[in-house]
Amino acid sequence: MSYLDYSLGTMPTGWRKIFAVNWPLVFLLAAAACLGFLVLTSVGGGRMDIWAEPQMKRFAVGMVLMLAVGFVPIYVWRNVSIVAYLIAVLLLVAVDVVGKIGMGAQRWIEFGPIRLQPSELMKVAQVMMLAAYYDWLSPHRVSRPVWVLIPVLLILVPVGLVVKQPDLGTAIMLLLAGGALMLVAGVSLWYFGTVLALAVALVWGVLESRGTGWQILQDYQYRRIDVFLDPGADPLGAGYNIMQAQIALGSGGWQGKGYMQGTQARLNFLPEKQTDFIFTTLAEEFGFVGAGALLTLYALIVLFAFQSAMTNKDRYGALLTYGVGTTFFLFFAVNMGMVTGLMPVVGVPLPLVSYGGTAMMILLLAFGLVQSAHIHRPR
Amino acid sequence: MRKAARLSLDLQRGMTRRGLLLASLQGLFVGTLAYRIRHLQLNQGDQFQLLADKNAVKIRLIPPVRGLISDRKGVLIAGNEQNYRVTITREDTPDVPGVLHDLQQLVTLSDDDIAKLMKDIEKRSPTLPITVVERLTWTEFSAVAVNAPVLTGLTTEVGLSRVYPHGPDFAHVLGYVGPVSDYDLSKMPDPDPLMQIPKFQIGKLGVEAKLEDELRGKAGVRRIEVNSTGREMREIDRREGEHGANLRLTVDARLQNYAAARLGGESAAAVVIDLTNGAIRAIVSEPSFDPNLFVRGISTADYQALMENDHRPLADKTVQGAYPPGSTFKIVTALAALDAGVTSAGETVYCRGYTELGDRKFHCWKRSGHGAVNLTQSLEQSCDVYYYEMAQRVGIDRISEMARKLGIGQRFDLPMSAISEGNAPTKGWKKARYGKDWLIGDTLNSGIGQGYVLASPLQLAVMTARVATGREIVPRLVQAVDDVDVRVPEAPPLAIDASHLRAVRGGMWAVMNSKQGTARASRTIPDTMLMCGKTGTSQVRNITAAERASGVIKNENLPWRSRDHALFICFAPADDPKVAVALIVEHGGGGSTAAAPIARDILMQALYDGFPPLEVYPEAQRDGIDKMRNTLPLADPASFTGGKASV
Repeated sequence: MSYLDYSLGTMPTGWRKIFAVNWPLVFLLAAAACLGFLVLTSVGGGRMDIWAEPQMKRFAVGMVLMLAVGFVPIYVWRNVSIVAYLIAVLLLVAVDVVGKIGMGAQRWIEFGPIRLQPSELMKVAQVMMLAAYYDWLSPHRVSRPVWVLIPVLLILVPVGLVVKQPDLGTAIMLLLAGGALMLVAGVSLWYFGTVLALAVALVWGVLESRGTGWQILQDYQYRRIDVFLDPGADPLGAGYNIMQAQIALGSGGWQGKGYMQGTQARLNFLPEKQTDFIFTTLAEEFGFVGAGALLTLYALIVLFAFQSAMTNKDRYGALLTYGVGTTFFLFFAVNMGMVTGLMPVVGVPLPLVSYGGTAMMILLLAFGLVQSAHIHRPR
Repeated sequence: MRKAARLSLDLQRGMTRRGLLLASLQGLFVGTLAYRIRHLQLNQGDQFQLLADKNAVKIRLIPPVRGLISDRKGVLIAGNEQNYRVTITREDTPDVPGVLHDLQQLVTLSDDDIAKLMKDIEKRSPTLPITVVERLTWTEFSAVAVNAPVLTGLTTEVGLSRVYPHGPDFAHVLGYVGPVSDYDLSKMPDPDPLMQIPKFQIGKLGVEAKLEDELRGKAGVRRIEVNSTGREMREIDRREGEHGANLRLTVDARLQNYAAARLGGESAAAVVIDLTNGAIRAIVSEPSFDPNLFVRGISTADYQALMENDHRPLADKTVQGAYPPGSTFKIVTALAALDAGVTSAGETVYCRGYTELGDRKFHCWKRSGHGAVNLTQSLEQSCDVYYYEMAQRVGIDRISEMARKLGIGQRFDLPMSAISEGNAPTKGWKKARYGKDWLIGDTLNSGIGQGYVLASPLQLAVMTARVATGREIVPRLVQAVDDVDVRVPEAPPLAIDASHLRAVRGGMWAVMNSKQGTARASRTIPDTMLMCGKTGTSQVRNITAAERASGVIKNENLPWRSRDHALFICFAPADDPKVAVALIVEHGGGGSTAAAPIARDILMQALYDGFPPLEVYPEAQRDGIDKMRNTLPLADPASFTGGKASV
């Protein structure tokens, strides 16, 4: 399929692409990020220069990057999908070999001043790869075992590498995002039913295997599960994070304690207050109103992405948009689920709000792809 | 155009259906999240609100116990002592001034203190305990405790505070701790929560500051139940913090004390370095100050006195001070000349007492001249003319290169504050620094360690160590962290011909032991112990031609500030070097008279790990040495009993 296949007459070109950008999506992303700056300033004790300012700079760069990626025709991205995926796999292997130990896990490699986290890169690369795969695959073969096995392997290879790091949060996200893409691509629901049944069996296996020679997870991961099931059991040890997070979150009430009035985060009771647990500060200071606002913004972002996907007649563009939207959903769902005690603590940042460069860059890059699909959609 | 390019309508519908399925799954989860948040914040909100502030449970940090520091034999040189203090909580007493007045009867507390305290109490929250007095004696403390029932609002507490048992001896090495300031905080990118504890003590200088992270430890947490006004009712549970790492330094407390006493009264510095592994055995800057004063909060008067003392007790002369090394630098010039092949050890240079360069005369310290001198003699008698000649031949850049090889112009990574780099000048350096060309006269001055050449006593000690061993010794101060020895790789050999080093060491031997040696008076006796050394006398003023004509003014007749610095470097035993010493007496006069005797005593003390037998000294000097030993203001030997130091 070549670019000429699209009807060229209505395709915006050059600077006119500006008008075709999915602007609501851009504004929603910016709104969520602004909420993030506000909270980062508060967490920094009212000082912007600690966390908010570097974050703003990164966001500005990311936005420019997003539009730049968006202006590149979607077929270019489709053509580099395999390459991107292979590079990401190679980097994941490389991180295993030369990666630096950070927070007890090998997660990044350094290229001069740039610190790259290949597992983050993989979140996008995998979506690109699967979208390209289903774009290429003729639709009536989608549910045939061989053609199901290939994407399953494409998903499991990076998941395996990430689990080895070990980074359970990312592994879960890769698995679910990959699964979602297969679902949208039209793979028979029977497969999903079977996998679900197997997953239940696996959970049982994981819990049963604890303490035996073939124990599946690391000890600390088991402890997190314990703590998740009963945070009160060890309030000064492993349960400390969750207890403190819930105290902060819960004490926000309807309207919160007011901006910069949160006591939990400011007194440093909260762990990783600027990264994974930042939602608690927001919820403490702005209450249910603030937490609800962010959740609504997030939901709208996914909604606008999905809306764009549903109206896109290009299979690659549509699948890619579904994939990115789902990845974004998984970011906030896993993070919020974790701090509200719905899920075990796995260490996934709150998208656009948590302090940190890689996650934000990758997300905006991914939304650049969504923009590209949107701008260059067949009309 | 191929049809497959676009989605068939069927396929499009299929995808949209699946997309809606995915969206509704996600929507379901978002709904669950919203419900969960609502549940936590609204239904359980009050309960959490209670937990968060007004009520029952609070979490307080427990400051960790700061790591102890001991000398190489385990003698405690920085520890923690119990600090008995009294705090007041405003809400607990109806009459704050009254209670304080009652307290005045029991402990020393001036009216001024009370006035200051009253202001402080007004500012703080009524529920927070504020320290009234600390460092009470046991008697005072028990008096307050016994009278507690009438002293409402006062609480007696026992805390830990830093103490330096050897007072001024290690002030410059260890530095001291003090309460964290806003300035300290502004330099920390992500401060430890501990910094929020009022008056939390952190290292401000020296080892205490440089190894703060190791020494601090980790905060513990305790949960307490408080009443509705925030007062502690009981402790629910606690998780102890982590004790900071205990450090063992390479220094020897006893040797340090001896060196400090021996230098006493002078403005001086000495560095003793172990030649087997570069361990610094003593590093003394005199005069010193009592770091305990700073921990307790130094009075303005005491501080003023320290600042105004012209012997600069606050400065650490061993590593911060950069001095012209004077004739001790001739070792560098000699090695540079030998290394470049512009001379040989046997070649002689004729000294007439001066060298002419254009219309300028460069004088030797000996006006009548030394006559024909070879390398050994040039070091032995410290002939300047020989080095003017060698410096001219070899050039400044190669001299500087040699200086850097030996450690001058190099900043060593020791956990001490404001370590000076010294200066090994090059042509390029002068151009960059002053925008002027390097002159041949500069080379001559540098060749005898004057002019732009600067070295700290530490660097001179390292230079001596390297010349003595022929290896690239690097100084180190930390021997073990939490009883785990710090690994030291064996020092690699220097890139200097061994025969050249032997020749220079021969000259240093002659300085001490031959008839005309400049430091012969400070020699030791053969068969027992032989040392090698080099004197240095560095000018701090210019001698005008007029003065030279009428005779150079003797040091004794000059004001203290204008007198020469006296330097001496040495190592021993000559045949199997074990310890090196570098010593400077600021404005002390000649190196041979003001520095060498002290350096010898310190070196012997280090080698014999205590007083050396009197037999090592020349017979005529033994009585004097013995007498001096008994008059030195040394610390009580009992204070150096090693072993396990307690908290």
